[in-house]
Amino acid sequence: MVGLSIVLLLVIIAIFAPLIAPFDPISRVKEDSLLGPGRTYWFGTDLLGRDILSRVIYGSRVSLEVGIIAVGISVIIGLLMGALSGYFGGASDAIIMRVADIFFAFPYILGAIAIMTVLGPGIINIFIAIGLLGWASFARIFRGSILSIKNKEYIEAARALGASNYRIITKHIFPNSFAPIIVYATMNVGTAIIVEAALSFLGIGVQPPTPAWGKMLSESLDYIDIAPWMMIFPGLVILITVLGFVLLGDGLRDAFDPKMKQ
Amino acid sequence: MKDNNNRILEVKNLKKYFNLRSGFLSHRSAGSIKAVDDISFYIKKGETFGLVGESGCGKSTTSRVILRLTNPTSGQALYNGNDIFKMNNRQMFNTRRDIQIIFQDPYASLSPRMTVGDIIGEPLEIHRIGDKKIRRKKVKELLKTVGLNPEHINRYPHEFSGGQRQRIGIARALALTPKLILCDEPVSALDVSVQVQILNLMNSLQKEFDLTYLFIAHDLSVVKHVSNRVAVMYLGKIVEVAESKDLYEKPLHPYTMGLLSAVPIPDPEVERKRKRIILQGDVPSPISPPNGCRFNPRCPNAQEICSREEPELKKHAISSAEGHLAACFFAGKPI
Repeated sequence: MVGLSIVLLLVIIAIFAPLIAPFDPISRVKEDSLLGPGRTYWFGTDLLGRDILSRVIYGSRVSLEVGIIAVGISVIIGLLMGALSGYFGGASDAIIMRVADIFFAFPYILGAIAIMTVLGPGIINIFIAIGLLGWASFARIFRGSILSIKNKEYIEAARALGASNYRIITKHIFPNSFAPIIVYATMNVGTAIIVEAALSFLGIGVQPPTPAWGKMLSESLDYIDIAPWMMIFPGLVILITVLGFVLLGDGLRDAFDPKMKQ
Repeated sequence: MKDNNNRILEVKNLKKYFNLRSGFLSHRSAGSIKAVDDISFYIKKGETFGLVGESGCGKSTTSRVILRLTNPTSGQALYNGNDIFKMNNRQMFNTRRDIQIIFQDPYASLSPRMTVGDIIGEPLEIHRIGDKKIRRKKVKELLKTVGLNPEHINRYPHEFSGGQRQRIGIARALALTPKLILCDEPVSALDVSVQVQILNLMNSLQKEFDLTYLFIAHDLSVVKHVSNRVAVMYLGKIVEVAESKDLYEKPLHPYTMGLLSAVPIPDPEVERKRKRIILQGDVPSPISPPNGCRFNPRCPNAQEICSREEPELKKHAISSAEGHLAACFFAGKPI
């Protein structure tokens, strides 16, 4: 529930950013640079006099987009590969799993950096980079679910009743296997957001002047001692957002488990 | 009337071998597991036919093959004269209404995410019987028939006990009003007190719905209680077949004698006095069964011929009982 509220809040903020943000996130007011949190600028300002609160609000858009779209790409690829692997087995299983192993071997952030270096900066490339890296986990999860369910007696029972393959997959296998996917997907959104933040931090993510939380963090480094609010607020927001998604994933898993229903 | 007309199921020379492959891309065969190795038997309409044997003897595989949940290697299974293995998809689909199965594990045989109503109603849905309302009504009737509360139709399997879940499985098997039900160790996973309840339920259902049962089990005492005729399996082969009474009073095959000896008798005096026969050794691997009679390495009566030739399952003079067959060169010789 907590997770859901946080995520919903985030989504609302992202969608209504132009209406909520008190200031234009990219306009600079030179005289107002490095002001601490106060009545006009609730979160203070950065070096260029930009309102941090507004930048944080607009930054949510980037993070959410990356989180959802990149993970969406991972899930789609992962489900497809996992299904081919798990249901049909044999050579396709062996090949797909070996390819997945290669993807697993890449440390997430390193891999993202490598791909971004090749593709160049830009938000679409970020979707691709993070999306491409993440499919292996979903494939493995889905395949695992399929394998463990495929030979269960209730699947045999369905076949003994005359159920078609289509019915077995949609009514028996899928409902019993998508829960771990949903849970992992929501948690992965948190990871994706962190990777994006890391990419922005390193300067190869979203390009300025678009506000991104990671970029805000990197910009704050030089001014930790004189303007700590530049780091605190973006950092806090990343923390709360990722936490929100993780809690949401947890909550979803419990909601999907009939054993937990009252 | 010819005896054949009374046979609802006739299995002839059924074989099921599972091939083992060495290495994942290799087509070289590393041998095969001869799970069912040429068995033949028939079941009369209305009777309970027991199929007994230890784990790994092939009895469960037999039921899976009859239902075509896995394909046979060779042989026939005649349902009312028609070979199940030669049926096309449509015929098989229709035949499934007549032949159903009850599984051993009440925890694994019900889908955890479906309500009891959905589980029992699924066969009706698959075979397009009635509409939603009619199906729901039928499901409630079935719940009552197996002794469950129809109001629980929307509950999930995990909300029921093992015995109740088995009742749900039975209700599901009954939904299409089958003629023949394969019962794969239906009470093995239940507590003893619950076993009795379920067996009694199955007995009354048999009378009420004119059912024929193939009752598979490893527990001889249970099989004796419910079966009219019994077949004993060992390592993929049937070693003895007889009317229940004849099997227990006058077993012909040494393996049967050993199995019977292992059944405890609920009378301490008798127990103390009788001579227990303990079979030596373990069941050999079904990948490379012994030459000749499968049982010969463990058989106290084994002679030279036993490791050379396989005995035929046939009638022996020593037993006058009708239909009492054994596969042994020295049938009836005490061990």
